[in-house]
Amino acid sequence: MKKHDEERPPLSAENESGGVSRRDFLKISSVAVTVPMVVGPSVVKVAGAEVPVYGPGPVPVSLNVNGKMLKAQLEPRVTLLDALRDQFDLTGAKRVCDRAECGSCTVLMDGKPVYACSVLAVDAQNHKIETVESMTAPAGKLHPIQQAFVDNDAQQCGFCTPGFVVASKALLDKHPNPTPEQIHKELAGNFCRCGTYAGIRAAVSGRKEA
Amino acid sequence: MEFNWPDAQNRSVIGKRLSRVDGPEKVSGRAKYTYDQNPKGLLYGIMVRCPYPHAKISAIDTSAAEKMPGVKAVKVIQKVGSEIHWAGDEVVGIAAVSEGVAEDAARVVKIDYEQLPFMVDDVTEPHGQIAADTGPYDEDAIWDMLDNQVPANQMIERIKSGGLTFKPTEANLKEFGANGASPAVVDALGKAEVKQGAAPQVKSPYKRAALQTQGDPDAAFKEAEAVSEGYYGASVITHCCLETHGGMAAWNPTTNLVEAQISTQNTSGMAGQMAEPLGVPASNIHHQMQYIGGGFGSKFSPDRWSIVAAQLSKMAGGAPVKMFLDRRAELEVAGARPSAFAKIKIGVKKDGTVTAWDSSSWGTGGPGGGGAYPIPYVFDIPNQRKQHTAVATNTGPARAWRAPSHPQAAALSMCAMEDAAAKIGMDPYDFFLKNIELTGPRAKSYAEELKIADELMGWKKNWHQRGDKTSGPVKRGLGLSIHTWGGRGHASNCDVTIQPDGSVEIKIGTQDLGTGTRTAILMVASDTLGVPMQNIRLLIGDSKYPVSGGSGGSTTIGGVSSSSRRATVTALNMLFAKVAPALNAKPEELSAKDGKIFVTAAPDRAMTWKQACAKLGGMPITAQGKNPDREHPPDLTNSGVAGVQMADVSVDTETGIVRVNKMVAVQDCGLIISMKTAESQVLGALIMGISYALYEEKHMDPVSGRMLNPNMQFYRLAGLADIPELVVRMMTGPGYDERGVIGLGEPPVVSPGAAISNAVANAIGVRVPEIPLTPDRVIAALQKGVA
Repeated sequence: MKKHDEERPPLSAENESGGVSRRDFLKISSVAVTVPMVVGPSVVKVAGAEVPVYGPGPVPVSLNVNGKMLKAQLEPRVTLLDALRDQFDLTGAKRVCDRAECGSCTVLMDGKPVYACSVLAVDAQNHKIETVESMTAPAGKLHPIQQAFVDNDAQQCGFCTPGFVVASKALLDKHPNPTPEQIHKELAGNFCRCGTYAGIRAAVSGRKEA
Repeated sequence: MEFNWPDAQNRSVIGKRLSRVDGPEKVSGRAKYTYDQNPKGLLYGIMVRCPYPHAKISAIDTSAAEKMPGVKAVKVIQKVGSEIHWAGDEVVGIAAVSEGVAEDAARVVKIDYEQLPFMVDDVTEPHGQIAADTGPYDEDAIWDMLDNQVPANQMIERIKSGGLTFKPTEANLKEFGANGASPAVVDALGKAEVKQGAAPQVKSPYKRAALQTQGDPDAAFKEAEAVSEGYYGASVITHCCLETHGGMAAWNPTTNLVEAQISTQNTSGMAGQMAEPLGVPASNIHHQMQYIGGGFGSKFSPDRWSIVAAQLSKMAGGAPVKMFLDRRAELEVAGARPSAFAKIKIGVKKDGTVTAWDSSSWGTGGPGGGGAYPIPYVFDIPNQRKQHTAVATNTGPARAWRAPSHPQAAALSMCAMEDAAAKIGMDPYDFFLKNIELTGPRAKSYAEELKIADELMGWKKNWHQRGDKTSGPVKRGLGLSIHTWGGRGHASNCDVTIQPDGSVEIKIGTQDLGTGTRTAILMVASDTLGVPMQNIRLLIGDSKYPVSGGSGGSTTIGGVSSSSRRATVTALNMLFAKVAPALNAKPEELSAKDGKIFVTAAPDRAMTWKQACAKLGGMPITAQGKNPDREHPPDLTNSGVAGVQMADVSVDTETGIVRVNKMVAVQDCGLIISMKTAESQVLGALIMGISYALYEEKHMDPVSGRMLNPNMQFYRLAGLADIPELVVRMMTGPGYDERGVIGLGEPPVVSPGAAISNAVANAIGVRVPEIPLTPDRVIAALQKGVA
């Protein structure tokens, strides 16, 4: 960590970006022991476990997204969310808080909902990633959950909607007939600003009757 | 066919409950917002922001950033010597090949500041801290008055009595005139007594507006049979748009053409606002945007960030630059709803008649102070005395927040009214009804809506006197509030083209904020032409389309429904003229419905829409519609609505936690075009209202002068689990429909704060003075224990 800090540009009190940003935090925390001066992953031992170390500088990254292998050269500090959006133009997952507070970037990793803003792209390798884009059939036919969102007007501006749709899929995969408590618990990680919760609740609880 | 809205029995689509047309785009992630744009060669913009709430820039060194590989342009926005008035203000803009490089570059920009004294406290009562406003006034003081929108008559009075410390030049007077001074104010400035050499009045963050009186408040309070006194407040909140503010711009240095895409509520107004700062003709600027991730009143301007994005693009040779705020900047600088605090006295008779009002109010909208509120809200109490003090603070400037000034006015007034009812032991439902004539022309609607709300909430059955007397720590109570808004349609233009093959295209330079604007326009067009919505192509969100107003103040639905109705009626009449001979009828004898054109009196004399359009030969029909169109009555839009809301809450008196059990909203808005999205507007407003009533607050740190909670963990929005049963009843039918179309975005968001606060007071027996009703405030009010 120390060595890494020395490589960072000097901080000045006058600088808006003076604190440790989340991006830096990920950068620091993901290479906690040492930084090898070679490109590509190497392996170090941390507390007895072998940990891959990437970078600095862009490294080859392969991601299994919606059933396809996507490859790019990415800096290790790039998040899964930014890789999806900026490299692969999968912009259904939105960047809203960028620090695991709002759920607008929700994607499924091995079937479980995660905040894509808080997973590094390098760490998402060897996992199965599903984004909202995977839920709609090529002909444009909506997934039943998506159709339920439309039918119940569970979107206004729509910016939180893809995150809610993915989180709702995870909810219904886990609890096909969710109780109000299960709905509240499983969707507690997502926020909406326009106030579409009534429609969302109707969409996820109505589906069991369909 | 006439322009006027069809009668209930002749509406085929208008008023129906249909799903929004862009729902599938949104739920599938296909809807592309500005933040999602990712063109080839995109550069990422970032701002270096000032960390201090009040400072002067003493040095800027961008050399390290400029040398950094991947940095394509660096622009100093505020130069050495500039004064910064709030933390987070923009100083340097950078464009780079990746976001990471842009952040690295921002970090090595060195800026030195001279820190200056600041104030971020808006809640302390200004009483006793205000120097008497006697003048004389220097030039800055005049600008302050104009910035604070001091009414002209008050400005003139002050200038006449206080005089000036400077002799305004012709150029001065012209500049004042160009920046909001009325001709009478300019005249007063020109004629004012000049006290050369006199010291200007000491600057104070507190600007007291002139005392306003109506009737004889002193006599009325003397005669009052009971007087209720209290303190009330609403804290500063932010817009917290999920798509942060930002834009993308590409400025081709060779052609001098600018392509802009800004997250905005104001499609048609962007180019005009960008022209002057960029120094290019507005006609060289093309703006388009299809989806916006929230605005709520805060996204009418290109703002400095989009202007700088364009400038950086030109510096970088024309590559597109995308500049979006991060969450911290969004909450610190990109919009705040002003605070409002007041000490209020109300005089009543024992029968509940309100006779007198006295208020001393204050609040901040940032460095410019903050305007007065429309209090007493809705009820025009005959005898009033009002004094407002604007508090200038070193905080991010206010922006219009859904129903500007009304939620605060309701929180102050409706809580004070409820306390007055409690003072004489009267049910606020009866108390409001007793005084309903004071609400003016909408009194009948309020009375009707109160009755319906009572039925939906079970108010009369469940209401109890102040303080839930049941045992146990959780207390339950009911509260209500009423509200109003204007909502007349804005200026809007619409083009419609009917092609010989039967296809229809509509163009309007409007935008859909998620309110359902696309859906409503298509419903109007479909109802008029008798053609299914999916057969009509609607184009919005582009500065090339006919000019339509910005979406603010609930003006969009009236504007676009009227212009699209007029355009489609005109086009249809042109089509009728073409096909009438074939049906052996006069054009005015024809109707269009269910994909057919037929003789109204003999529906079997008909042809299909396609057959009718084929009669056009080779050339399409094109027609225009506009709102307003005074030469072609009737007016299709109207102004002025009433609304009633009731809240049922539970308060845990041990933890101070408030939960809303149920809310009821009864709302009118004239003729409703799209029932489903209209109900969604009201549901959304109730949810947003619960959020600001219980959770939202912009916390300023008195030590650093910065916002303490500029993130979504501590700037708390209501979540799904916080939302109870919501009941919405839209008023339709006779007495409402014939008024024409009236906007709906603002009114239902006005009352929740007051209704929930009143329900809490009813539950626990004491007033929690300020919203949000956080646990600490509830506990403090309980401990103080004053009813």
